[in-house]
Amino acid sequence: MYRYDSFDQRIVDERVAQFRDQTRRYLAGELSDDDFRPLRLQNGLYIQKHAPMLRVAIPYGQLSSRQLRTLAHIGRVYDRGYGHFTTRQNIQYNWPELARVPDILAELARVEMHAIQTSGNCIRNVTSDHYAGVAADEIADPRPYSELVRQWSTFHPEFAYLPRKFKIAITGATHDRAAILVHDIGLQIVRDARGELGFRVAVGGGLGRTPIVGHVIREFLPRAEILNYLDAILRVYNRFGRRDNKYKARIKILVKERKPAVFAADVEAEWAHLRSGPATVPAEEFARLEAFFAPPRYDTLASDDAGYRSALADNRAFANWAARNLHPHKVRGYAIVTLSLKKTGIPPGDVTSDQMDAIANLADRFSLGELRVSHEQNLVFTDVRQSELLALWKELKTLGLATPNIGLLTNIVCCPGGDFCSLANAKSIPIAEAIQRRFDDLDYLHDIGELDLNISGCMNACGHHHVGHIGVLGVDKNGSEWYQVTIGGTQGEHAAIGKVIGPSFAADDMPEVVARLIETYVHIRREDERFVDTVRRVGIDPFKERVYAEAH
Amino acid sequence: MPKLIRRGAVVDDARVVVRNAIAVADVPAGPVLVPLSLWTSARDALLARGNVGVWLAPTDDPATLADDTARLPAIAVDFPAFTDGRGYSTARLLRERYGYTGELRAVGDIQRDQLAYLVQAGFDAFALAEGRDPQAALASLADFTDGYQHTGLRTPWFRRRAAAGAGA
Ligand code: SF4
Repeated sequence: MYRYDSFDQRIVDERVAQFRDQTRRYLAGELSDDDFRPLRLQNGLYIQKHAPMLRVAIPYGQLSSRQLRTLAHIGRVYDRGYGHFTTRQNIQYNWPELARVPDILAELARVEMHAIQTSGNCIRNVTSDHYAGVAADEIADPRPYSELVRQWSTFHPEFAYLPRKFKIAITGATHDRAAILVHDIGLQIVRDARGELGFRVAVGGGLGRTPIVGHVIREFLPRAEILNYLDAILRVYNRFGRRDNKYKARIKILVKERKPAVFAADVEAEWAHLRSGPATVPAEEFARLEAFFAPPRYDTLASDDAGYRSALADNRAFANWAARNLHPHKVRGYAIVTLSLKKTGIPPGDVTSDQMDAIANLADRFSLGELRVSHEQNLVFTDVRQSELLALWKELKTLGLATPNIGLLTNIVCCPGGDFCSLANAKSIPIAEAIQRRFDDLDYLHDIGELDLNISGCMNACGHHHVGHIGVLGVDKNGSEWYQVTIGGTQGEHAAIGKVIGPSFAADDMPEVVARLIETYVHIRREDERFVDTVRRVGIDPFKERVYAEAH
Repeated sequence: MPKLIRRGAVVDDARVVVRNAIAVADVPAGPVLVPLSLWTSARDALLARGNVGVWLAPTDDPATLADDTARLPAIAVDFPAFTDGRGYSTARLLRERYGYTGELRAVGDIQRDQLAYLVQAGFDAFALAEGRDPQAALASLADFTDGYQHTGLRTPWFRRRAAAGAGA
């Protein structure tokens, strides 16, 4: 993985010192609330319902065991012994004390981490494919490019005060696991006819109040031009994006109001000035960054480990877990393992400090000391030998991290919602738990098959409800908490926004609503058809009828 | 005399931002910064008057000054709120595209915590918002000693890294 050099370290250390002084001035009354707010936000610090919330960046989701131990330590010393992994490859602490935040940032800097630009109207933590570097369907590893973009976006002096937040996602695979089409900029690595590497550039995707799938404004951008082109997009947005209404300030509104073709022409005109300029990335820089992500020395293994095979045959629980929580590795004899943070009764994405320490030890023992955070709020070990899967599974089971539900209904993506977030209309965590409890029959869950269920506590859509096969959105009706349900949303390269099925529901009804949606699906599905495929084929009406039918 | 931070020091400065001037007659005596609209409508008269700079609002297009950069003693960019970042793009365009080398002054809601970014974008003079202490603010000019990106002041770090020999 990437390692800071003295320059990277200096920049981060200078930030810690700057924020320490800003916090001191705020606490001394020299900085007003209004003046301090944007400064703390750009360091990931919100003022939440109960206490400040600190959001720490995990750039493109990659973490070393050493870094995870520091995250565990921070949870223990500065918080209540846990952290929450978000849908944007960040970790959040819900209970830190404002005066101690500079100390937390200093602890992070010691392990090459930071909370820079994890909030505020600036370029946020760049996200990527959680299987980067090990997936079989990869054109190129997106991490060197993600790191380049991380550096470019860190303290970019022109783009620190944008009209609104700005999110960039990068994928190097043909199957998009980074949801690039619902980002302000989505970059997909492609090769042109001559085999040169570059990017397909999509702009203006996003969820929130106005969900839109991104528009491709350039089919092929040579990779050397990436920073010039990003500068061009951001400059057009910074100058012309709306600042009069925060709900219309995202780049998607500018793209929509100008029309994608006109917006693209504006970007191309700006790029014409910057093209081949000083920010053109030389081949040596790509080579330097790629070296950090060079594949480890894999052993030559059989593609099918005999011990693993027999364990699958003998142990049904292990086989269930392997069927759901493993993903094929590009190297023979290895597997990609997802650690489920979706055990019923635990808020999705929450991990205790003790668990983090244990996971760090397991990463050292089984997966070369590294791990990933996925945007579905799970953790991933990328390099596990098949022969060690049984041993790893046993360890994960005792830690409560082996729920065999990846890709299934109970792998719910869920924002912190009304229990923590001051913007929420409604709680989301108890809804997730109630649904998980209703679907506690593993056989039924497996029979239902692949299903993404996403819950957001408000229109900000941190739980990405629009792209859930079933999406649940907390809404406020005369001061009480209600839930609106959408179906048919899809993430990935066929991204689609779900459709609202009708009037919203009370919290108590939600498990029954989901149950009826599933019954309808089970009843009318064709063989091998996923829930979302059935919705696409038949539309929302049969589902709607069943859900709103009188109870019987 | 109003205080200004110019090239890293606090100095007295008499040049005033004339916010609302429709005609040359509205412009007070002494060094001034006039609105772009007045400059475009009365350029010759203002040049004859002498010692006139121009200030740009966030929506003003700096390209309008492309042919004037050599004869303006100062250009100011207004930040109605420090969170309105359009002026950063304005500054870079003036410096890097239109070749402006004179004084580039940030005015409006300017506070010490934005100085490091403003400097990197190309500003070299700062009129702090009402009630802010420019002497104390000087310290913030050095919040960051360098940066990754290309700006008018520097090439991107990846072009300098090898020569600088930044070790791990
Ligand atoms: S979706 Fe709304 S309630 Fe949930 S975390 Fe985001 S802002 Fe808070």
